[in-house]
Amino acid sequence: MTTNTTNSDSSQWPEAIFEVLCNAGVTQVAYVPDAGHARLIALCIDNDAMHSVALTSEEEGVALLCGAWLGGARGVLLMQSSGVGNCINMLSVVQECRFPLLTIVTMRGEWGEFNPWQVPMGQGVSQALENAGVIVQHVDDAGDLAETVAAASELAFNAFRAVAVSVSQRILGSKEWK
Amino acid sequence: MNVSHEPASNLDRRAVVTQLLAGRGDSLLITGLGSTTWDAAAVGDDVANFYVWGGMGGAAMIGLGLALAQPGRRVIVITGDGEMLMGLGAMATIAVQRPKNLAVVVIDNEVYGETGMQYTHTRFGVDLAGMAASAGFESARTVYTQSDLDTLSAAIYETPGPLFADVKVSTERHETVLPPRDGTYLKHRFRTALLGHPEKGALAGRES
Repeated sequence: MTTNTTNSDSSQWPEAIFEVLCNAGVTQVAYVPDAGHARLIALCIDNDAMHSVALTSEEEGVALLCGAWLGGARGVLLMQSSGVGNCINMLSVVQECRFPLLTIVTMRGEWGEFNPWQVPMGQGVSQALENAGVIVQHVDDAGDLAETVAAASELAFNAFRAVAVSVSQRILGSKEWK
Repeated sequence: MNVSHEPASNLDRRAVVTQLLAGRGDSLLITGLGSTTWDAAAVGDDVANFYVWGGMGGAAMIGLGLALAQPGRRVIVITGDGEMLMGLGAMATIAVQRPKNLAVVVIDNEVYGETGMQYTHTRFGVDLAGMAASAGFESARTVYTQSDLDTLSAAIYETPGPLFADVKVSTERHETVLPPRDGTYLKHRFRTALLGHPEKGALAGRES
């Protein structure tokens, strides 16, 4: 379950990010479901101005957003840290063409992780993304999330860069195993 | 596994792509890496073509993103069997989105043409059109004959999508015709043709 947010206001971070995405003109939301993204995904699915695109694997979302930008649309990729590894070769398209890419990565294997199998990819997220040409902006405090996503959006769509906001497991809370 | 030594079809890939693109009008074209890009370039370079020189497995999904962004335009993806096989999940994802304006055409010679003509899975009977039909594509077919191709040539522009076609072709190889390959140039060229400016959509936020 996802708890451990620092206060009642910052617990509304999915709603705050959703508002940022709306204001940024995002119309394609690609995702592989993740517990940390569940509320944000639900908000996007309920919004008629957004195409919510469920993926079978995260690299599909990278390719989708390249096509979106070709067509004049802005998108975002929502994924868990384990999905980052699935994206690597498709990120070469982003780098070669200098497509804007905005992705929000919810972390596993990082803070209070129970499942050892999540740790290798989780610990490799920043290096893997940076090696693939993606700027990584890590957020540890829920209160900083919306502002960071807004800034990342500008970096992506205005400066034509690939930017990942990684959301600490500290914000999401460790998964409870009962 | 048993492998047939008979070609699945005598259709010529370059003639196929030439015929398919003859009626393209203002439709937008995405090609997968390798032979389908050379085929499209041989037909004639076009500002409404975006050649994916890398990102193997991504052509159909780039097509989906474009189709969702441009619902008023036909989007045609022409890619190879090896490229499609690397991104089979896209079939499920596209089928769920049901874009009426998207057609995915696989030019299926049943070999990896760029790497030494090794057999792909389709040579062993993997049925891409069957997979697309099972995923839920509105229309899915395998093309073996000139008559089938004639029908497809109209269908990709007229039949409500998503449409999938696996066009069986011979293994004959052709001259490698290279289109521009700088990705940023291709992106800017395509967006300028479609949107009027390469940076359209930057800074402005949500646009009507």
